[in-house]
Amino acid sequence: MALLTCRALSLGYEGKEVAGNINFEIEAGDYLCIVGENGSGKSTLMKTLLGLQKPLCGEIITGEGLRQKDIGYLPQQTDVQRDFPASVWEIVLSGCQGKKGLRPFYSAQDKKLARANMEIMDVFSLAGRCYRELSGGQQQRVLLARALCAAGKMILLDEPVAGLDPKVTAEMYSLIEQLNKSDGITVIMISHDIEAALRYADKILHIGNEIFFGSKGDYLSSSAAFASLKGGDA
Amino acid sequence: MAQFADKLAYLQYSFVQNALIVGVLIALCSSLLGVTLVLKRFSFIGDGLSHVAFGAMAIAAVLQLTDDMPLILIVTVFSAVLLLRTGQNAKIKGDASVAMISVGALAIGYLLMNIFSKSSNLSGDVCTTLFGSTSILTLKKSEVIICIVLSALVIAAFIFFYNKIFSVTFDENFALATGVKAKTYNLLIAVIVAVIIVLAMNLVGSLLISALIIFPALSAMRVFKSFRSVTVCSAVLSVACALSGIIISVIAGTPVGSTIVAVDIAAFTAFALIGSISGGNK
Repeated sequence: MALLTCRALSLGYEGKEVAGNINFEIEAGDYLCIVGENGSGKSTLMKTLLGLQKPLCGEIITGEGLRQKDIGYLPQQTDVQRDFPASVWEIVLSGCQGKKGLRPFYSAQDKKLARANMEIMDVFSLAGRCYRELSGGQQQRVLLARALCAAGKMILLDEPVAGLDPKVTAEMYSLIEQLNKSDGITVIMISHDIEAALRYADKILHIGNEIFFGSKGDYLSSSAAFASLKGGDA
Repeated sequence: MAQFADKLAYLQYSFVQNALIVGVLIALCSSLLGVTLVLKRFSFIGDGLSHVAFGAMAIAAVLQLTDDMPLILIVTVFSAVLLLRTGQNAKIKGDASVAMISVGALAIGYLLMNIFSKSSNLSGDVCTTLFGSTSILTLKKSEVIICIVLSALVIAAFIFFYNKIFSVTFDENFALATGVKAKTYNLLIAVIVAVIIVLAMNLVGSLLISALIIFPALSAMRVFKSFRSVTVCSAVLSVACALSGIIISVIAGTPVGSTIVAVDIAAFTAFALIGSISGGNK
C-alpha cells in the first residue's frame, strides 16, 4: 500500500474548481516534484494534502500508519515571520507542538529531537540567535528543522528555494536530497524550477491544462512536459 | 519637598493601594498578549473591542442594570470571537471589520446614552468612559476582588498555553497542518483579549486601551530578540509604567489613564533609542 494516494481529486475554493481529476500515489522514499504554471493549483493541492482545506471531491488516502498531521511542512515565508522576535531554538522546538495535545510544556525528549534535527540542518550553532537576523538560506534551514520535528516520514516543501541566491539554492537542494536518500524521508516539493525538478525528483506531477503523473523519464517524453518546457515556463 | 512628602502619604490610604493593585494586574495582563496581537496584525482589536464594551455599557445604563460587568463581558467576548474568527478568509477583511464594529458600537452607544440618559452631565459621563476616570480611585472591595480573580485566570491561561500561543502566532498554517488545534487557540486568545479589555476599561478608559496592549510589546520588540524575553520584558515594563503612571497622577493630579499612556510612550522612545544604538533592529 502506498504512503499517500489521491483519487479523482478536485481542488478549489468555494465550489470553484481550480484543478480537477488529479490521481497519484506516493510510495515511501519517493521524491515527488509538483510542477505547473502559476495559478494551476499547486499551492491549493499542497493545502489540501495537509488538511488545511477540504477537496471539492475525490479522496486522499494515507497508508502505512501515516496520519495527515505527521506530514512535515515547509511553508513559504509570511510577512509576520519576517519581523517576529523569536530565537531559532524556540522556532524549531515549536515543530514538536502538534504531538503535545493539551500538555503545556516541552519534554526533555522534545528538546532532544529539536537538537538532533538542528544538527542535521547544521543550525545548532545558531540556536540562540534571532530568526529575523538570519540570512534567507539559514531561515529556510531552521524551518526545515522545524518541519522534521513534526514529521518522521514525509515532508512537503512549498517553493523551498524562492528568493535564495544560486549558491544557497544548490546547498538547499543537496540538503533535501540528503534527507531523501540518506534519511529515507519521503519528499514532496512544489517548484517553479522545472530544471531542478527534473534533476532531483524521481516522480513528477504536472498540473495545469494537462495533468501528468509518472516517473521522470516518462515525463520528459510526455506532451505536458513538451508544452511547459517549450513555453519556457520556469 | 514637604509638599511632596505630603502627597506620598496618599499611598497609605487603602483606596490608593487598591488602585495600585488593580493597575498593576491590569497592566500585567494587557501586556501579555500584546506581542501576539501586534504580530498577528491585530493591534487595533483592542480599540475595536473597547468600543464594543462602551456600547454594551451604554445598553447596561439604559436598562438601568446596577451591575453592568456581566453584560459588558458577554457582549465583548462574543464580538472578540466574531472578529478573530472571521480573520483572513472573510469577505470583509480583518482591519475593515474591526473598524466597522468599533465605530458602529461607539456611535450606537453614544446615541443610546443620549436618548435615554437621565444624567444631567452627559458629556462628562461619556468623557469618563472614553478616557478613563478617577473611578480607579473609588473601587469597591468587590471590584478589586473580581479584578484579582480575572487577572489570575488570564495569567494562568497564558502560562499554560504559552507554547501553543507561540506556535499559532508564528505560523498558523504550520501549526494547523501538524495537528495543533489552531482555531481553538485563536478563540482562546480572543476570549482572553476581551476579558483584559473589560478589565482595563476601569483603568484607562476605552479609547486608550490599545496603548496599554501594544506599547509595552512594541518597546520590548525594539530591544529583545526571542519570544520569551520580549514577553517577560513587556510584562515588567508595563507594570513599571502603570505603577509610575498612577503615582505621578496621584501626586500631580493628572488623569490616571492618559498619564500611564504618556509614561508608556516615554518608555517606548527610550527603548527605540536603545534598540537603534545597539543596532540590529530596523
